[in-house]
Amino acid sequence: MSAGLLDIAGLNRHFPIRNVWGRRTGWLRALDGVSLSIARGEILGIVGESGCGKSTLGKTVAGIHPPTSGSVHFEGHEIATLSPSAGRAVRRNLQYCYQDPGASLDPRWKIGRSLEEPLIVHTDMGGAERRARVLETLRAVNLPERHLELYPHEISGGQQRRVGLARILMLRPSLVILDEPTSGLDVSVQAVVLNLLLELREKFDLTYVFISHDLSVVRLFSQRIAVMYLGRVVEIGATEAVFAAPAHAYTQSLLAAVPIIGGRRVVDNFVLEGEPPSAGNVPAGCRFAPRCPRADGRCRAEDPPATMMDDGRLVNCHHPAG
Amino acid sequence: MGLLLDIRELSVAFATGNGMARVLDAVSFAMRQGEIMGLVGESGCGKTTLARAVLGVLPETAVVGPGGISFDGRDLLAGDTQDVRGRLITFIPQDPLGAFSPLFTIGDQMGELMRWKSPERVAGERGYGRGRRRADAARILAALRDVQLPDPERLLRKYPHELSGGQRQRVMIAMALLPEPRLVIADEPTTALDVTIQAQILKLLRRLASERGASVLFTTHDLGTAWEICDRVTVMYAGQEAETAEVADFFARPRHPYTGMLLASLPTSVAALRGIPGEVPSPFAPPPGCRFHPRCPRATEICREPRIASAEPSPGHHVRCHHPEVWDVA
Repeated sequence: MSAGLLDIAGLNRHFPIRNVWGRRTGWLRALDGVSLSIARGEILGIVGESGCGKSTLGKTVAGIHPPTSGSVHFEGHEIATLSPSAGRAVRRNLQYCYQDPGASLDPRWKIGRSLEEPLIVHTDMGGAERRARVLETLRAVNLPERHLELYPHEISGGQQRRVGLARILMLRPSLVILDEPTSGLDVSVQAVVLNLLLELREKFDLTYVFISHDLSVVRLFSQRIAVMYLGRVVEIGATEAVFAAPAHAYTQSLLAAVPIIGGRRVVDNFVLEGEPPSAGNVPAGCRFAPRCPRADGRCRAEDPPATMMDDGRLVNCHHPAG
Repeated sequence: MGLLLDIRELSVAFATGNGMARVLDAVSFAMRQGEIMGLVGESGCGKTTLARAVLGVLPETAVVGPGGISFDGRDLLAGDTQDVRGRLITFIPQDPLGAFSPLFTIGDQMGELMRWKSPERVAGERGYGRGRRRADAARILAALRDVQLPDPERLLRKYPHELSGGQRQRVMIAMALLPEPRLVIADEPTTALDVTIQAQILKLLRRLASERGASVLFTTHDLGTAWEICDRVTVMYAGQEAETAEVADFFARPRHPYTGMLLASLPTSVAALRGIPGEVPSPFAPPPGCRFHPRCPRATEICREPRIASAEPSPGHHVRCHHPEVWDVA
């Protein structure tokens, strides 16, 4: 695999399942052998349903959870095994953005102080230099200078979100992990946030990992897309190729479930039955086999490896379409 | 087909510590027998308040009026509506986990519902005889099979937390249909669900409603789900209804500028991703006239005057706007 900005190989994150006496009765395999890489400047979308491990992936890469095993290579450093203090210096360039970045502002601090703090902690910039950086970033998110003297409660929710984004950008990271940045937003606000994110990417040369359950947003926003099911990436490839002809049976069902206004109606022809099993009880063989219309004996016995398709897509399926 | 539900110039306000929040402002809205009507709009537009007003479960701080709600010719704002609520009009909530009691099994809760709201119950009946109890139990099992829940007998002994989100919503749909209602109000029933589960639930809701001839008032902020199952769509903005049309007409030829801009905000292409500048007005100090005029590119002086009554520029397409030319969505 080519050395990208971020290379993940065989990443596992297992959480113990304990009974009421605190004894371990099993493992919840939130991430189970995830491998992918991200090139500098691209936007990788990660989609999947709740419980598929997409947020755990983002948090493990960002160092919020330590991985159980596997490697995370970022800008030439192996960061999965670093101690928290050694990892901090490397991770300056890797920022994690929660669903609502505005909610993580300290309500007792003026916005100027919140924005300046990362610079004080991580850099040895002088006061004037810090001040200039704060102003520049604030302008980049289209907020006026007078906001520096306000408290978070004095500005609107949308403006708080902008300040939260500015704070993430203070250290000029190269990679930003966006975890559901538009979920819970109305479409008119969502459009504004997406436009801002694209603008910031241009301005600061950012690479995004865009985690979302909303397939239409991911399609619009990302160049490549990784589809996750039960802790595993089942299909990864160029967004347009995946949407035009999904190869994995799960990707096909997932795309078929998305309403397309003016197009075919999902309610008339959606066939997938049942719900994903719990990640604490992953089926043997292919994990999608129990719900898969194409499953045969081999699928139930043998976990399919990632196979490369003609267009460079990686698919974990014994019977990929197309 | 006759009108099942007719809401005329309904206003609802809430008395709060900061003054009166005028959440609904002269909303007019009608539903026909047997149709699925989508009530779409962004957060705070009043769609849930409207749904609750129809159901008669507004909080005590609500000041209802002027205006009226009539259901099948009967005035819902006057007199006792015990025999309508939960019986002829039922409700599917957004969050089924919050709507169930965590302390009782699914079977207990469905049994309790049938004790009071079973279609076999005679008005004023106090006891719960063995015959009706047995008939109701059979109805419950049949309803659970209709919503495609496997092994209903075992499910009845489970507690709500033991079910997945999709299963809980299926039970809610079964409970909403058990009293054999004429109107089901579904308040964002798929918002909390994953997209593949959403597709299953929408499919189920559409099939069961049409089989039983029940009308559905379906509130949602997601235009995609409205496209999926609705026959007609009404869009609301800041407590006012803006436009009502057949679903195909609504998405292809919107006339109210708000509808047009809302459709242009959908994530379909980067070039067209526009959003709506500005913010939704506060219900404490709403702008006069059409509440969208401060953000509207077509607004003129006349938009500040009291709103016009609904116009019908093409058949079946109702819009309350002074400038209702077709908005170019392409």
